[in-house]
Amino acid sequence: MRVKSIVCVKRVPDTEARIRIAGDGASIDPSGVKFVLNPYDEFAVEAALRQKEGAGQGEVTVLSVGDGGSAEVLRTALAMGADAAVLLKSAAPLEGLAVAKALAEEIRGREYDFVFFGMKAIDDDLQAVPAMTAELLGIPVATAVFDFEVAGGKVTAQREIEGGTEVVELKLPCALSLTKGAFEPRYASLKGIMAAKKKPLEEKAAAGDGAGTSLKLQYPPERQAGRIVGEGPDAVPELLRLLREEARVI
Amino acid sequence: MAGIFAFAETRDGELRKAAHEVVTGARKVADALGTEVHAVLLGGSGVGGAAQELARYGADKVFVGESAAFDRYSPEGFTTVAASFIKEHGCDAALFSSSAIGRDLAPRVAGRLGVDYASLATRVEVEGGALVVTRPRYSGKVFSTVTLSAKPAVVSLGPNAFTPAENPKAGTVETLSVAVDEADFGAIVREIRAAAGEKLDVSEAPIIVSGGRGLGGPENFKLIEELAAAFGGKAAVGASRAVVDAGWRPHGEQVGQTGKTVAPQLYIAVGISGAIQHLAGMRTSRYIVAINKDPEAPIFKLADYGIVGDLFQIVPRLTEEVRKIMS
Ligand SMILES: Cc1cc2nc3c(=O)[nH]c(=O)nc-3n(C[C@H](O)[C@H](O)[C@H](O)COP(=O)(O)OP(=O)(O)OC[C@H]3O[C@@H](n4cnc5c(N)ncnc54)[C@H](O)[C@@H]3O)c2cc1C
Ligand SMILES: Nc1ncnc2c1ncn2[C@@H]1O[C@H](COP(=O)(O)O)[C@@H](O)[C@H]1O
Repeated sequence: MRVKSIVCVKRVPDTEARIRIAGDGASIDPSGVKFVLNPYDEFAVEAALRQKEGAGQGEVTVLSVGDGGSAEVLRTALAMGADAAVLLKSAAPLEGLAVAKALAEEIRGREYDFVFFGMKAIDDDLQAVPAMTAELLGIPVATAVFDFEVAGGKVTAQREIEGGTEVVELKLPCALSLTKGAFEPRYASLKGIMAAKKKPLEEKAAAGDGAGTSLKLQYPPERQAGRIVGEGPDAVPELLRLLREEARVI
Repeated sequence: MAGIFAFAETRDGELRKAAHEVVTGARKVADALGTEVHAVLLGGSGVGGAAQELARYGADKVFVGESAAFDRYSPEGFTTVAASFIKEHGCDAALFSSSAIGRDLAPRVAGRLGVDYASLATRVEVEGGALVVTRPRYSGKVFSTVTLSAKPAVVSLGPNAFTPAENPKAGTVETLSVAVDEADFGAIVREIRAAAGEKLDVSEAPIIVSGGRGLGGPENFKLIEELAAAFGGKAAVGASRAVVDAGWRPHGEQVGQTGKTVAPQLYIAVGISGAIQHLAGMRTSRYIVAINKDPEAPIFKLADYGIVGDLFQIVPRLTEEVRKIMS
């Protein structure tokens, strides 16, 4: 059996990055910000690699919509073990429906068993692209999946829901968006990093009108600096008094 | 006909708190636009019994779609019914909750309708006939405001964006004909496995007691569980990633960037340092309490109230005092 997977990945600021709003009030200031492969997309790459390894044969193609800088995260995925990459270039930053349209347009002509996504991009925090792309492609999708297995041409995926797990059965080909769980990502080996340099990375223009979303960004209201109520167990009564009389939460 | 579509989520035939929030939010939007709230209630046979409750929170009309295929959440069935409803009625906006179902269903519906979608809104306002939505990005380090001028505006409401408020309306019940066939679906929910012990989930609890590496070992989490239990069914147990990765606690309890985003009335962080990725998941909590032996721990910068000291001495005392208050 050959398993063919497509993995959609995004370049995002590292979780530790200090985010500053740029002068235009609509974008973030990239200076000094380290950019990485979206952590959830690492789970997606890992899942695709394991499908291929489990089957013994297959192909893993990674796609990213972004500017030239996104080539970097595609190389990271290639270094982890993906076979080929396509950068769908867009000068304006796209998100949501615009990304889903560009991805669907590229995926439509391809042959695949799986399209893998991360559960969310940690920059826009949208959790939209996987379900939207699947809708545009007309394929089944399960979102926020932490584990899945394939048997008899069907996928059984487990999703985390409030107070439990939802078990979803999907027909192939299908899309899955992954969260933390069974697919702890591997590190790229030195050999992998060297090999990635020779793997194909195609660049083309992203489909669509190229218009980005227009946003107004603002910082959250500052939380008032808190106070230390006291030290040790003797501070407990005062804490409870504050919670009852000042905060009125209990 | 227009109207605001409000998705009324149920589980086991009962409305969830999320449904009250969504109808409350839809009521505000509908009043600002001068239109009606159309609550849509989908489920197995008998789910329509919840219609009057939706009227109490402000639904002008309640559309009930009952089907054996809807005993459990049906991702594709719900998408088809919701998208056709919104299209046929020319709804101005469609509101969903940010529950596991809401986060799954809303972007499907938006994709089906070919419109944009704003998730986890903290504020929804109406300006010049369009919805203006504020939502967090970069795990709450920044908020964005966007005007959704295309119709329908598809939005999911973040936890506590709208506090459920009663505002009784007629709530005329209409039956939706749902001709769905499971055989057409590519994705079907086969089973729902409840987590052991019917525990309150962190994303729904008004109070969360979270434990971190400072607990020293999984066995000591009984201190956290006892404190949570002292609040009498109102509190859930949460955890930092450090203790989830160590296998001390299940991932469902993890709060933070790669866990859940929560906004309870009260968040008590015990033996948690307050790493930026943890704060990402709980910074919008109404009140934050920190218990940590290190006065320099970053969690104290965010906490409204802190106690410096050994959690093994402080937590048992706190549990005891809370029990007294609650009894
Ligand atoms: C991509 C990425 C995603 C991440 N996502 C998450 C996430 O979703 N959620 C999350 O929580 N983390 C996340 N992290 C990890 C995060 O960076 C921290 O490592 C983690 O939050 C630390 O957990 P902790 O506070 O329990 O442990 P520590 O940082 O080790 O803190 C333990 C605290 O306990 C205190 N302590 C020790 N003993 C006692 C005692 N006896 N009494 C009182 N206090 C005591 C110490 O002073 C210390 O402050 C992520 C990291 C990355 C890189
Ligand atoms: N620009 C992009 N290029 C490729 N994949 C993307 C892009 N944006 C989002 N995705 C995929 O969609 C997932 C969810 O993103 P989002 O809906 O933006 O939260 C991500 O984890 C990626 O797998």
